[in-house]
Amino acid sequence: MMYLIHRHGWEIARLTFEHLWLTLSAMLLAIGIGLPLGILLTRRPRLVRPVIGFANIVQTVPSLALFGLLLPVPWLGENAARLAIVALTGYALLPILRNTYAGIRSVDAELAGVADALGMTARQKLLKVELPLAASVIMAGLRTATVTCVGIATIAAAIGAGGLGELIFRGVASVDNGLVLAGAIPAALLALVADALLGLLEKKLTVRRA
Amino acid sequence: MPTAGVEFAKVSYTADDGHIVLRDVSFSVEAGTTTALLGRSGSGKTTLLRTVNGLVRPTSGEVMVGGCAVTAIHDVESKSALRRGIGYVIQETGLFPHMTVERNAAMALELAGRSMPECERRAREVIELAGLDFDKLRARYPWQLSGGQRQRVGLARALALDPPLLLMDEPFGALDPLTRAEMQDMLKGLLSELKKTVLLVTHDLNEALYLADRVVFLDDGEVTADLPAGDVLRSQISQVKDYVVAVNRRGNE
Repeated sequence: MMYLIHRHGWEIARLTFEHLWLTLSAMLLAIGIGLPLGILLTRRPRLVRPVIGFANIVQTVPSLALFGLLLPVPWLGENAARLAIVALTGYALLPILRNTYAGIRSVDAELAGVADALGMTARQKLLKVELPLAASVIMAGLRTATVTCVGIATIAAAIGAGGLGELIFRGVASVDNGLVLAGAIPAALLALVADALLGLLEKKLTVRRA
Repeated sequence: MPTAGVEFAKVSYTADDGHIVLRDVSFSVEAGTTTALLGRSGSGKTTLLRTVNGLVRPTSGEVMVGGCAVTAIHDVESKSALRRGIGYVIQETGLFPHMTVERNAAMALELAGRSMPECERRAREVIELAGLDFDKLRARYPWQLSGGQRQRVGLARALALDPPLLLMDEPFGALDPLTRAEMQDMLKGLLSELKKTVLLVTHDLNEALYLADRVVFLDDGEVTADLPAGDVLRSQISQVKDYVVAVNRRGNE
């Protein structure tokens, strides 16, 4: 381990940073799309099947294939990191979308009735009642999405987008297990740390009922 | 809203699945009085109550509150304004679990855009009116309260904007008998002091007789009797007699 850090320290740090950058950009995009879309689905039930269905399909495409499929797309194919971020966003979308929808739908109908009876507008109800009560479920979706993204981002190195996958691919190509571990261990640690931190946040957001 | 009588004119409601919940319900509630809606589960009493604040829109017929037709209100603003003039109390599930006692009680004021100090002042007033210690409980969450305390906070919240009309849907349904009796006493005292128009949904005959001036019996979506509370026990209407006999028989067992 020490040997790895000594030999690849700077490279590991640089690639970890790249890895984080890919993941965070994709997560921000996915939240920006998934959260409002999930809210919209609770208002337009007819859209639920097609939208969740589409997100489901994206989720089932093997990541290496998705990266490959997007390569010839004009604007995307020009920049590997850009392409990787878009593909990762696709993977992060489903858990965010599904949990936002499910979280808001699971708000007690009686409480929604009370919110109406108090004269809340749809917007007030969303901000004061529905989102706070759904927050922990939404956060659970973000957590799943983040861990998935950290994992899939290693594959992005295959198209030259950088990240810790670069060490892994190089290690595999040169049959150097040390190099594989130099990429795999930090990637696994990143996923574990993200999972733990977001898990804490999720717990904090859980509303106690009894 | 100085007067807040309620009038139901041929109110009918058919659910989405085709089940007829209310059939041609007509009666009026005089301002400043308490009327109990009594009936077994599924008789339509909760649905009828919810037509008053527009949570349920009748399939046909009209509901008037203080001379204004609720059923004719379509825009969001007027609906919100109507609802702010109507207090609504339901079983203990009605408090927002992610808000403190103080914020729950002051929610109607917060929505009406009142300042923080005013919200706090009025929250203190209504919490104390409902018989609770504001300073001790203000920062607690609903799960930290007993069933009776939760119900009192629910009542306080409904009173925050001093609405002339109160809708209460089995407010004490989830409480043990002792707490229930305590709450009934508290409410009776409060109502005689505040002179609100109250529509109270209950399936408990004794509660109806104790709290209400009038009792309206609902059965399968229809009004079967509409009597002053004092006349219920000697009524010859068969549905009322059945109810009284059933309650007495259980009471004597």
